[in-house]
Amino acid sequence: MPSDLSLTGAAPAPLRRLLPGQNARRLALLALLLAVSAAPYMTLGSRGNWGFVLPFRGAKLAALVLVGMAVSTSTVLFQTITRNRILTPSIMGFDALYVMILTGAVYLLGGHGVMRLPPTGIFVVNAGLLVLASLALFGTLLGRAGHDLMRMVLTGIIFGTLFRSLTSFLQRMIDPNEFAVIQVGSYARFTQIDTDLLAISAVVLLAAMAAAWAMRHRLDVIALGHDAAINLGEDPRRGQIQALVLIAVMVSVSTALVGPVAFLGLLVVSLARLITPTPYHGVLLPSAGLTAGIVLVGGQTLMERVLALSTPLPVIIDLAGGLVFLILLLKGLRR
Amino acid sequence: MIRIENVSFAHGAAPVLHDISLDIPRGGITALVGANGAGKSTLLSLIARLAPLQGGRIVVDDLEVGACRSDELARKLAILPQTADAAPRLTVRELVGFGRYPYHKGRPGRDDHAKVEAAIAAFELGALADRPLDTLSGGQRQRAQVAMTYAQDTDYVLLDEPLNNLDIAGSRALMQLLQHLAREHGRTIVVVLHDLNYASAYADHLVTMRAGRIAEAGHPTEVVTADMLRDTFGTEAGVHHVNGAPVVLV
Repeated sequence: MPSDLSLTGAAPAPLRRLLPGQNARRLALLALLLAVSAAPYMTLGSRGNWGFVLPFRGAKLAALVLVGMAVSTSTVLFQTITRNRILTPSIMGFDALYVMILTGAVYLLGGHGVMRLPPTGIFVVNAGLLVLASLALFGTLLGRAGHDLMRMVLTGIIFGTLFRSLTSFLQRMIDPNEFAVIQVGSYARFTQIDTDLLAISAVVLLAAMAAAWAMRHRLDVIALGHDAAINLGEDPRRGQIQALVLIAVMVSVSTALVGPVAFLGLLVVSLARLITPTPYHGVLLPSAGLTAGIVLVGGQTLMERVLALSTPLPVIIDLAGGLVFLILLLKGLRR
Repeated sequence: MIRIENVSFAHGAAPVLHDISLDIPRGGITALVGANGAGKSTLLSLIARLAPLQGGRIVVDDLEVGACRSDELARKLAILPQTADAAPRLTVRELVGFGRYPYHKGRPGRDDHAKVEAAIAAFELGALADRPLDTLSGGQRQRAQVAMTYAQDTDYVLLDEPLNNLDIAGSRALMQLLQHLAREHGRTIVVVLHDLNYASAYADHLVTMRAGRIAEAGHPTEVVTADMLRDTFGTEAGVHHVNGAPVVLV
């Protein structure tokens, strides 16, 4: 067999992959860290009846972990089907779209009309509308501009601004009293979590995550690109549509629970890629989910219990995540 | 055998292929040559279902492209696309490992691991196996890509301009590798080439295309003539014969 195919190799690079088993050990370590950060969240600074504190905080803890999983999984899926590591559903305006749909409902039905509907019903209708809207908007975009990162970034910024402007336009037309109904939904909040929706959110989210987990090997192949995926017998278009539906469902869950989260997804998925460097979604999905749980629960413990809420957690996360976004964008442009 | 029957294709309003019918024989290397924009790459991507067929049909042995299951075709035919920029962060071993995906669907068995290691050994990639692709030279990356199609273990291997970005040593080594795959492993190689001299030196079967139609097909010694160069490529170049093989003077 000839061996002279290009002798001019690059200088040996440092090994970027971990040894077999090391990823598994790091996942176990992340799970341990999550447990360690959950314990003080549940117990620290409580005065009173444990029979009240534990279920009360337990529900909030569950909501935080669920949101973390929803945001990280939807970000991983989105980055895989768009084949880049900079864009996230939040940056592309998914959660702005959710808030816009909610605002539109208040505008059309009136604040009291919306308040009178069962929260579960509103949530299901909202999530369904978001799935349809994201398929219409992003499904067509993926086919055409999927290879052009700058075009995707620009489209995302334009979509996000458009949705936010339309939302604030609608909000101006709404009766000031009714504005209170949506104001709660328009900002990230990890302290007052809407636990009414917890049960249905958990069911929907677990189903979506199970579907994403079942796709993990196909996602590995879709991440190789359109032609390579077809060559290996996988239909990338089908995978992209399925992933988009899951993303829209998961964004609905997290936005309904805590509001838009901006840079959280980018921050935790970038961290997870550093902690467990791997091309396999079987490792990346749990790693990103656990990292998100640690950032949210650990961060909230620190803010709420130790620092007594001097700064809201979303501000810190957005600052760190925004920096990561800028760094990634500059690195991507230089390449 | 790859049988192409009455295939037409258009990008929007612009027709690319006009009612093409062609049989690509089993075994050996078949080279597709022609001027820029003659439709070679389009034809190759239609055979490999990278683009959907608009008219006509293509049958690979007993599998009809577009009608058969995609993963079944993935065990029969592999393509190395022109822009094989698949995931620069993968290591060579991971990339070659993906060649086994049509068989194991994400759960590689002992047999799959053995075939990956065999491909790495056969292409002398052992020293590079754990290096990410973006730290390799163009030739090394190309070799890793071909190793992946080797691990895919298909009867047919399609390559779209694999010599792009390779120097003369890299180009010759790759063509010898393809020849080795065809002769020793019984693979059928279909390759789009720009350089007629590489095509006539290594191909067993040469097909020329002109403006979306098949112009000539046959052994390189019959096809490569000064007349063909004038008609198909629109250039006046002399053809000499060295050891019986045609050589185009450039």
